[in-house]
Amino acid sequence: MNIADTPFEFFTVAHLTRIGNLSAGTLAELLTGLEQCSDASIFHHTFQTLSSHHYLTEGFSNDFAQWALADANRDALAEQLAALDIRDYTSIAALRADLCQVVRDYTEQHPEFAHQQALERFYFCESLEVTLPFGLTARTLEEFHAGVKHLSHAAFYFHFISSRLRLQLRTNDFSHWLANSLGLKTLAENIDRIDIYTNTLDSARAKLLRLVERERRKHEPSTVSQPHPAV
Amino acid sequence: MSPVQLANRIPLSDYAKVIGEGEIEELRTLAKPLAGRGVEMVNSTAVGGGVAEMLNRLVPLGGELGLNIRWEVMTGGDDFFEVTKAFHNALHGEPYHPDPGHFDVYRAYNEQNLKRIPLDAEFIVIHDPQPAGFIQAKKNGKSHWIWRCHIDLSHPNRAVWDFLEPYVSKYDGAIFSSPEFARQLHIPQYLFHPAIDPLSEKNRELDQEFVMEVLARYSIDPLRPILTQISRFDRLKDPVGVIRAYRIVRRYFDCQLVLAGGSASDDPEGAEVLREVKGVAEGDPDIKVLELPAWAPLEVNALQRASTIVIQKSLREGFGLTVSEALWKKKPVVASAVGGIPNQVIHKHTGLLAHSVEGTAYQIRFLLSHPEIATRLGEQGHEHVKENFLITQNLKRYLTLFVMLDQGKIN
Repeated sequence: MNIADTPFEFFTVAHLTRIGNLSAGTLAELLTGLEQCSDASIFHHTFQTLSSHHYLTEGFSNDFAQWALADANRDALAEQLAALDIRDYTSIAALRADLCQVVRDYTEQHPEFAHQQALERFYFCESLEVTLPFGLTARTLEEFHAGVKHLSHAAFYFHFISSRLRLQLRTNDFSHWLANSLGLKTLAENIDRIDIYTNTLDSARAKLLRLVERERRKHEPSTVSQPHPAV
Repeated sequence: MSPVQLANRIPLSDYAKVIGEGEIEELRTLAKPLAGRGVEMVNSTAVGGGVAEMLNRLVPLGGELGLNIRWEVMTGGDDFFEVTKAFHNALHGEPYHPDPGHFDVYRAYNEQNLKRIPLDAEFIVIHDPQPAGFIQAKKNGKSHWIWRCHIDLSHPNRAVWDFLEPYVSKYDGAIFSSPEFARQLHIPQYLFHPAIDPLSEKNRELDQEFVMEVLARYSIDPLRPILTQISRFDRLKDPVGVIRAYRIVRRYFDCQLVLAGGSASDDPEGAEVLREVKGVAEGDPDIKVLELPAWAPLEVNALQRASTIVIQKSLREGFGLTVSEALWKKKPVVASAVGGIPNQVIHKHTGLLAHSVEGTAYQIRFLLSHPEIATRLGEQGHEHVKENFLITQNLKRYLTLFVMLDQGKIN
């Protein structure tokens, strides 16, 4: 079994939610808010909200989509906003551009809804992140397996999903390390394919651990009876 | 002045069974850089009310994590608490006739308490408007002062807010329970949801035998659907509207309605509402109007656990933590989209929202017709509370705030 030169360092992460000064009562105001709000706000209502609602595996994607559905009563727009997969984005700027485009296209096609008042206002908030070393590192697949098992939901999400923004790559911390430090490219790809939208964080982690266990078994000495060398 | 002595300590490790070891480890990791650092919580009552209940749990847990944390309670005469009660109602938007004498009483008690309470911790959290004036003791130095506002400031009475705002704006930050409760301020504002304690008597697991005993005590049939609203007898909780919704549902389902709330003996308006509710309910043996003792957490717990659907049909609401209590017990909830309720009930995901008597009745009928959906909403509601509205999450938010203040990431 390989031993990595560079260990995987597990972090713990926590977010503080700051209430912003922007809010929206109509789709037109939502568009203005999306254009003007901070990157931390886009992060909060997409990446962060998916983490804090990870147990919803049907139809919940981000706060903008949920507001369009439940408060603005615009199902088609909600579906389009929900269809944006945050795993496709390695920058907040690109995600913001697509969110704006979806709302802009919708209000241009349906100008009659642009200024219709929603049931409740949308309040733009921001996520402020603090990360601290968790005190665990891994150099082998076994240590990696043990570390992933111990992570909180937030820490797992930090390494598995929001890492895309840090790495600026369409992958995650786990896969990045497995591929680059342990040379396990197939395992890394399989882990990256786990769908966070149809899994809870617990079930995603369970799948990841099963993939790692399968990989470990591949490297164990075969248990099929082998002829013993003659004494 | 001595800090509040705390009873009923529950060790942090007990919460591991509820939220998992990983989450507890995370709390320990976050608390490490804060070991031995001074934290002071200040409010205006040691018993009764949600803030005292929360501090009773939060402070010992912080201590167990290595914080040098204490809880101080300000004192005041009847005149002070009459004034702050009037302020409280006015900040909620109720009519208020400014009286300069009120402001003098407020200032005098704040100054008096400042002479008795040592405010020397590194992180000082002042809860609610009563001690907000303590900010006068802020000195240039290492202390970080935070104002935690537990009330809805979205439509405050101008006179009271104009009086308090100069105090509030001197803090390093303010915490609100919901973005819509906040004000436009020049200081940073943070979102901390209120929280329930999963191990308290009101929320812990109960023996089914005890639940059945409580149902028998109040002549509630366990074999037919039970619709329940737990709330004090207050017009803003719309108990009569709940009865009207139940009567629509009754046309389709043989069900019972339980309206349970605290004793109204010391609240003249509550007593009047209770009489009105009993009058409207009269003649229907399937409506149980229960006036519970002032503090009956186990009975409330049992009634919630025995319910088929929990209703919270408020016309106005603060945060409405009874919703989280029901969701924690995996109950499907039908609630009004007011105050902090939509934070807890994500429509079609963790419960159903309604905007009228008819809408409430329709959503109840829908859930009674689709028990599998009701079960899914209840289970997702439980997870939602676990992730967002437990006391351990509240503790994590405070630790995060203190770490960020300490690291200079925020002011």
